[in-house]
Amino acid sequence: MNREDFPMLKDDIIYFDNGATTLKPYQVKEAIIEYYDHYTANAHRGDYAISAKVDNIYEGTRHKIKELINANEDSEIVFTSGSTQSMNYIIFGFFAHKLQKDDEVLITVSEHASNILPWFVIAKQIGIKVKYIELDENYNVTIENVKKAITPKTKVISLAHITNVIGDIRPIKEISELAHQKNIYMVVDAAQSIAHKKIDVTDWNIDFLVASAHKMYGPTGIGFLYGKFNLLEETIPQNYGGGMNAMFTKEGYYELREVPTRFEAGTPNIEGVIGFNAAIEYINNIGISKIEKYEHELKTYLVEELKKLDFVEIYNPNTIGTTVAFNLKGVFAQDTAIYLDKYHICVRAGSHCAKILSDALKINNTCRISLSFYNNKEEIDLLINVLKNSKNIWKEIL
Amino acid sequence: MDQNIRRTIILDNYEHPFNRGIPQSNDYIKHNSNNVSCIDNLDLYIKIKDNIIEDIKFEGEACVISISSTSIMIQNLIGKSIPEALDIIKNYQNMINEEPYNEEKLKDAIVYNDIYKQPSRKKCATLSINGIEEVLKEYLKKEEPKN
Repeated sequence: MNREDFPMLKDDIIYFDNGATTLKPYQVKEAIIEYYDHYTANAHRGDYAISAKVDNIYEGTRHKIKELINANEDSEIVFTSGSTQSMNYIIFGFFAHKLQKDDEVLITVSEHASNILPWFVIAKQIGIKVKYIELDENYNVTIENVKKAITPKTKVISLAHITNVIGDIRPIKEISELAHQKNIYMVVDAAQSIAHKKIDVTDWNIDFLVASAHKMYGPTGIGFLYGKFNLLEETIPQNYGGGMNAMFTKEGYYELREVPTRFEAGTPNIEGVIGFNAAIEYINNIGISKIEKYEHELKTYLVEELKKLDFVEIYNPNTIGTTVAFNLKGVFAQDTAIYLDKYHICVRAGSHCAKILSDALKINNTCRISLSFYNNKEEIDLLINVLKNSKNIWKEIL
Repeated sequence: MDQNIRRTIILDNYEHPFNRGIPQSNDYIKHNSNNVSCIDNLDLYIKIKDNIIEDIKFEGEACVISISSTSIMIQNLIGKSIPEALDIIKNYQNMINEEPYNEEKLKDAIVYNDIYKQPSRKKCATLSINGIEEVLKEYLKKEEPKN
């Protein structure tokens, strides 16, 4: 649906790599151009009308995000460059000071690198331990396995809502409830889910959550972190400079501004925020539940059709998300991707930034299709046809 | 070069690569070549004695271009002295980068003389060769003070 809003789709392209980044509707581009053509000004700086307009949209976007994820206050939303920076901010700004030697952080092997490496770094720095929740045979996280992994030393559970390789959906609300019974912080990486499913940080009682605009039809280089207000008050800013200080003297005395402004030093990514604003509006206009329903139908169709091809191996036929990981039997994932590219079909080949998952999958590399609402059955039929002709793969790519 | 012959040579080396496997003895230098921008990941094992490359083996997961080029090039390099091998490697790299090179030194490796048309695959074609070059140069550095 809504294909007419996406200029990229007019270029005869089948875009199945929405887990990497989504295409942008023209409304996002126009909002950014409008800013540069008609009200370029810095945020929080000027006493003139166009600067006030920037402030309104900037803070209005914060409010839209608050509404989208059902946070309590606008001030619980901090703009960042994206999920990766948000995760780093939370881990180095909050947990590096909160956790102590031998405290345990629970993740899984299918997390994104940005939810693994910062933990490894503070494990080295302060001696916390990174432990893994076991995945079941379908690579899902079950409540039982979370219970098994929790020890008296567990202080944090940090999970993707939906993973980027397998696309499995975690029962975040139940895990979070369990976590809070045991005074464990709950951190959620919503990068892969926020454009596809309703998120409710209040109902789920989430402590921190991160997401990126570019995976939700917005621009690159902008995203946010959500933190409960009292936790953000305990978070140490990672950048110091303009915009985040209330005052300072030459003797070295300084006071910082309030949460969340103290976390947004320097001139922010204003065009990014304005594009993000348009993207959220775009999603809201369609409705997230409508998107979810349609994408689920499409994913089911894709899996059914792929299953009919006996030379295709699907690694996650039973997961619910919009992602399908597969290989052509006997063909290296990258070669399959290059073959599909000949037909302008864009799929991702690789380990998808989840390098330690390969042990669990028993395979290092896969082709990944991740769907969006602008994909349709005709595109899937075309893909299936091209795959059916893959006997000729070497003729085509060599 | 005829496209069918080119394809046959590449596929033959992909499906039946030369010297693929992990050596049993421990007198090989091990080197991992992986391509962070794509997903090829090969372990190279190089045995050098008296400045002569006695053997090269490899193991790992990689695309058709990476595997076949490794298979073809190690056949060109085994038995050569290190300077001869570095010269062959240089000629190969020149071919990939559209610079002057000596065809005769490359033998079957000339099947990649049109890889420049697919820039994303240049890395695949040079992945293990650059790794071998690194090992040989490193070896020379270590050996030099002794001589």
